[in-house]
Amino acid sequence: MSEQKAAGMTRRAIFEQKQRRRATLIAASSTAIVVLALVVLIPMAPGWEKVQKSFFNGAVLAKSFPKLLEAFKINIMIFAWSAPAIAVLGLLIALARDAKSPALFPLRIFGAAFTDVFRGVPVILTVYLIGFGIPGLGLPRPWNSPYIWGSLALILTYSAYVAEIFRSGIDSVHHSQRAAALSLGLSERQAMRDVILPQAVRNVVPSQMNMLIALQKDVSLLSFIGPVEIFRQAGVFKSLLANFTPYVGAAIIFLIVTIPATRYADYLMARQTRERR
Amino acid sequence: MAKLELRHVIKRFGDVTVCDGIDLDVEAGQLVCLIGASGAGKSTLLRCINLLEPIDEGEIFLDGQDIAVPALDPQTVRARIGIVFQNFNLFPHMTALENAMLAPRRVRGLTRAALLPEVEALFDRFGLADRMQNYPDQLSGGQQQRVAIVRALAMRPEVMLFDEITSALDPQLVGEVLDVLLLLKQQGMTMVMATHEMGFARQAANKVCFLKDGKVIEEANPTRLFDHPQHSDTQAFLSRALK
Ligand SMILES: Nc1ncnc2c1ncn2[C@@H]1O[C@H](COP(=O)(O)OP(=O)(O)OP(=O)(O)O)[C@@H](O)[C@H]1O
Ligand SMILES: [Mg+2]
Repeated sequence: MSEQKAAGMTRRAIFEQKQRRRATLIAASSTAIVVLALVVLIPMAPGWEKVQKSFFNGAVLAKSFPKLLEAFKINIMIFAWSAPAIAVLGLLIALARDAKSPALFPLRIFGAAFTDVFRGVPVILTVYLIGFGIPGLGLPRPWNSPYIWGSLALILTYSAYVAEIFRSGIDSVHHSQRAAALSLGLSERQAMRDVILPQAVRNVVPSQMNMLIALQKDVSLLSFIGPVEIFRQAGVFKSLLANFTPYVGAAIIFLIVTIPATRYADYLMARQTRERR
Repeated sequence: MAKLELRHVIKRFGDVTVCDGIDLDVEAGQLVCLIGASGAGKSTLLRCINLLEPIDEGEIFLDGQDIAVPALDPQTVRARIGIVFQNFNLFPHMTALENAMLAPRRVRGLTRAALLPEVEALFDRFGLADRMQNYPDQLSGGQQQRVAIVRALAMRPEVMLFDEITSALDPQLVGEVLDVLLLLKQQGMTMVMATHEMGFARQAANKVCFLKDGKVIEEANPTRLFDHPQHSDTQAFLSRALK
């Protein structure tokens, strides 16, 4: 007590430090109790040995992991070309839906129909319909590739969501910004491009990050129409080794990518909330 | 012919008539102050002159040309008439310098390099030379408002409109912004200003107009309007405002 006073701490600071220590202690002990319970109780379950062998088999994991990583490259590839296409298409749809000129009225209708349809259908259905349907037309190589049409299905679905997020971003820019831009003699288009869009995009970066994370996971849906990406590869190992551990391996690989990305998106979101205050 | 002439300007929002037949002459190089209670229609009138709001009836002449013709492209008119708002409305994602250069680049079609000397001179003249590279949130309210004025001036407007530009400022920052207006007046700028700063209006205006319910109730030179208001509404407003 006296030593804290000597360090120049106020009464309030001392009190708050005590509170913090107490909180840390409680958090640490409750976590310890939960972990202990899991470690002790789960192995006591009657089926634990079986589950351990078929889901958490170290030898199988070691054997399948390199191949799984290899297959994950395909996920990354599909993600890498879909994401920019989604950003561009999503932005275009958002702008089309907000178009004011009467000549662009058909574009507005199209934009609205587009977002309604692709947000209304489960992703897997879109993947099936486009991924099997279009190559079914008997197109010549390489135009019958499931990579192309599967990616297109993802691009269409995700653009619909991303467009709505961009639109909420445009709405979030105060109308006085548009008035200020117009009052200087800028046209509506210039005001949108130079003043409103840059702020709108910045406002929705965290939400769009979350869309990217969801996309990264949904790339696996393409496994249903052909590409041997990580989920399909894990399935191959499962049949081969009669063991589920490869699925756990695939999950680990996903988490290595998505957890940091999720944390980063949350950080951006929190920072933005702070700035707004 | 005055630089700016308003003839029987009527502006309605739904069934509310916010500007109710306003006539106003602003001679070149003059400063006209609009005073009146909150809701009198001062801001709306300024936004109408700048064509940010279309008027329902009447004419607005700039150098004898009617700029309120509905078919007219408002862009060319707005480039000739600058407006500064109460809340600055700077673009937060751009530096002060980029704020000032955006419109001249896009509308006057000049490059950054071609504009720089001219815009730098403006920042310099208004004591902002060392603030050009700052973003709006790094500036004080008074500095932000002066940047907003510089931004409007960079379009080389013939007329400037000011809408209560000191109302959002801390009292000690009001002076630096009003000084800018005095400087502009010296340089012969034609200006219309909505304000609650009665002291400034009395000192600097060529003409003061008292607005109530969208009408010009009384207009006169400042000495007459402040010292010998003719209309009972003006007297009532001033006795409250000058207390
Ligand atoms: N976009 C709008 N839609 C509907 N009514 C409006 C709109 N803008 C202004 N008004 C109304 O017009 C009237 C005049 O408003 P205005 O802002 O011009 O007054 P003012 O004299 O500038 O007041 P203040 O001193 O508070 O700024 C008010 O009653 C206001 O509610
Ligand atoms: Mg106002």
